Amino acid sequence: MKLMLHVAPGIVRQPLIASVILETNALVNIERASIDAVSGEIVLEVPVEKSQEVMDAFERRGVKVVPLENPVIRDENECVHCGGCVSICPTGTFRFEDWRVVADSGKCIQCGACIVACPQRALNLVTK
Amino acid sequence: MLEEESPTSFYRIAYFHKLVQEKSLSEINERIRDGSARVVTAEEMPDIVDELGPAGAVREVDVVTTGTFGAMCSSGVFLNLGHSDPPIKISKALLNRVEAYGGIAAVDLFLGATQPSEDRGNEYGGAHVMEDLISGKQIEVEAFGAGTDCYPQMELETSLRLEDFNQAMMVNPRNAYQRYNAATNSSDRSMHTYMGTLLPRFGNIHYCGAGILSPLSNDPNYDYIGVGTRIFLAGAQGYVMGSGTQHNPQNHFGTLMVTGDMKKMNNRFLRAATFHKYGPSLYLGIGIPIPILNERLARSTAVRDKDITVPVMDYGIARRDRPSLKMVSYEDLKSGMVEINGKEILTSSLSSFYMAREVARTLKEQVEKGEFLLSSAVEPLSRLGSSRPMKQTKESPNVGDVMSRDMVSVCEDIDIKEAASLIVSGLFDHLPVVSRDGRLTGIITAWDISKAVASGKSSRIGDIMTRRVYCVKSDEPIELAARTFDTHSISAMPVVDRDNKVIGMITSNHLSRLLARRR
Repeated sequence: MKLMLHVAPGIVRQPLIASVILETNALVNIERASIDAVSGEIVLEVPVEKSQEVMDAFERRGVKVVPLENPVIRDENECVHCGGCVSICPTGTFRFEDWRVVADSGKCIQCGACIVACPQRALNLVTK
Repeated sequence: MLEEESPTSFYRIAYFHKLVQEKSLSEINERIRDGSARVVTAEEMPDIVDELGPAGAVREVDVVTTGTFGAMCSSGVFLNLGHSDPPIKISKALLNRVEAYGGIAAVDLFLGATQPSEDRGNEYGGAHVMEDLISGKQIEVEAFGAGTDCYPQMELETSLRLEDFNQAMMVNPRNAYQRYNAATNSSDRSMHTYMGTLLPRFGNIHYCGAGILSPLSNDPNYDYIGVGTRIFLAGAQGYVMGSGTQHNPQNHFGTLMVTGDMKKMNNRFLRAATFHKYGPSLYLGIGIPIPILNERLARSTAVRDKDITVPVMDYGIARRDRPSLKMVSYEDLKSGMVEINGKEILTSSLSSFYMAREVARTLKEQVEKGEFLLSSAVEPLSRLGSSRPMKQTKESPNVGDVMSRDMVSVCEDIDIKEAASLIVSGLFDHLPVVSRDGRLTGIITAWDISKAVASGKSSRIGDIMTRRVYCVKSDEPIELAARTFDTHSISAMPVVDRDNKVIGMITSNHLSRLLARRR
């Protein structure tokens, strides 16, 4: 499953991910990271069975963790199934099924590319 | 006896033959009226023709319905507001802050789909006003008058719904493209176009058009579709006014000019859209039922996705004549992957095949129920079109006309001090860095040098130069250079030839000098 990490200014320079990996032995994959001098936003893919342990480890280090259960939502009344979101998604969240656009939300890393690409403005990121 | 009979029976056979292979439009309309017409969608037709042959298909099928649903930028609506008291001759009008053209009589306006709003920019435009009206919403109207003896009112504001307009006639200069070029992007940055987001370095291909369901692709000879043909236009019954603008039938890029009563339209088939960094547009559902009058129409409505081909154009080249990379069919495009130069590229559509199907199916139901009759054309569509480039009488200079040829370029291995002295003695704050054979590999600016000196980290140019250099070619118009300066907030670029060898420099000073001279 995917976890969104919000890293506060004071700890953003610490090797947080490396230390959590060493502690938990979890095989994590960094899907997206935007880090600057003052804060960071990181999306991790974590095996489901390790997710609680990884979340706890990050929280102990002062990182706010939000599981991305439904990262992107679609307004079904607005969507016309054009496909403008399909090939531009870096993780293949959207695909055609009998020419309906279907979403596999679990793949979404909240990069936001589809939000501006949707001509009907039918997509929104869920931010908690 | 035999000799005498033979001509008669021959005639009978020929007559019978004619009966089974040809039908008249009035016969088909008769069947539609009594509910016995056999109607299929253009997706079902190819298999029927494969199985029964064209003659059999003429016997079996009366009408084939087509449908398309995509962005149709060249759309708009004539609105008549009725006269105010005191009367006003509207010269400019804003509908929900979207400007509508007022240069037609006193209270007629033309609202175009792609007009952005004055307050919300690209996120709301003419198309959105249309969708709001059809959805029953009230819109705010601000009108500004010319002030004449017969129309003294100068300004007014009012709130109107669709039913408050005397007429709301959609008139779309160019809709229902027979097929449309697919788009990709060779450049190294994402492009936001009317063909959607095109990822850098051939990251994806976008295409538009319904292929197998496309109205004009099912009647490419214009045997049935012509001036006056009744069509499904966003849920209303509209008409073909004639061939559309940029109609180019010689190259199978036919278009239609269409009209229909907006008051009868359905917001399921008319949807406002915004293309990021392009602007508003209108998604429209258009369908045309085609009567199977003869074998030729049976054959043309049996067209499949694989029979309709389009070029994949490189939108990374910001010129009118974009290079075509490959011819592909709608079957290829719909497969989700197309190979170009050995690379597999993801494809996806921007028009909705899902909704195109809904248009064709809705139209099929309407014909079956006897609600939609077919009409014979007053005149055929033009078989010759014109989609020539613009005649540009005021020539704009190319980069080569204004650039400096007097410039110095350097190799990667010189040190910072040497570069600094070249900048001081030269004309520019920028030094192009080139390989031994003169090809552009990077650029160094006075700022890069200051930064390197301040940090004291490196003294070799190759370590501190920018390798991702924006550049132009000498035969490109200066407008392209200006847009590159603007988009990337830079002030100078090397000019290169076809082999990427540096032949000059162009700076924002060159452009401002040019502007100053013009005035």
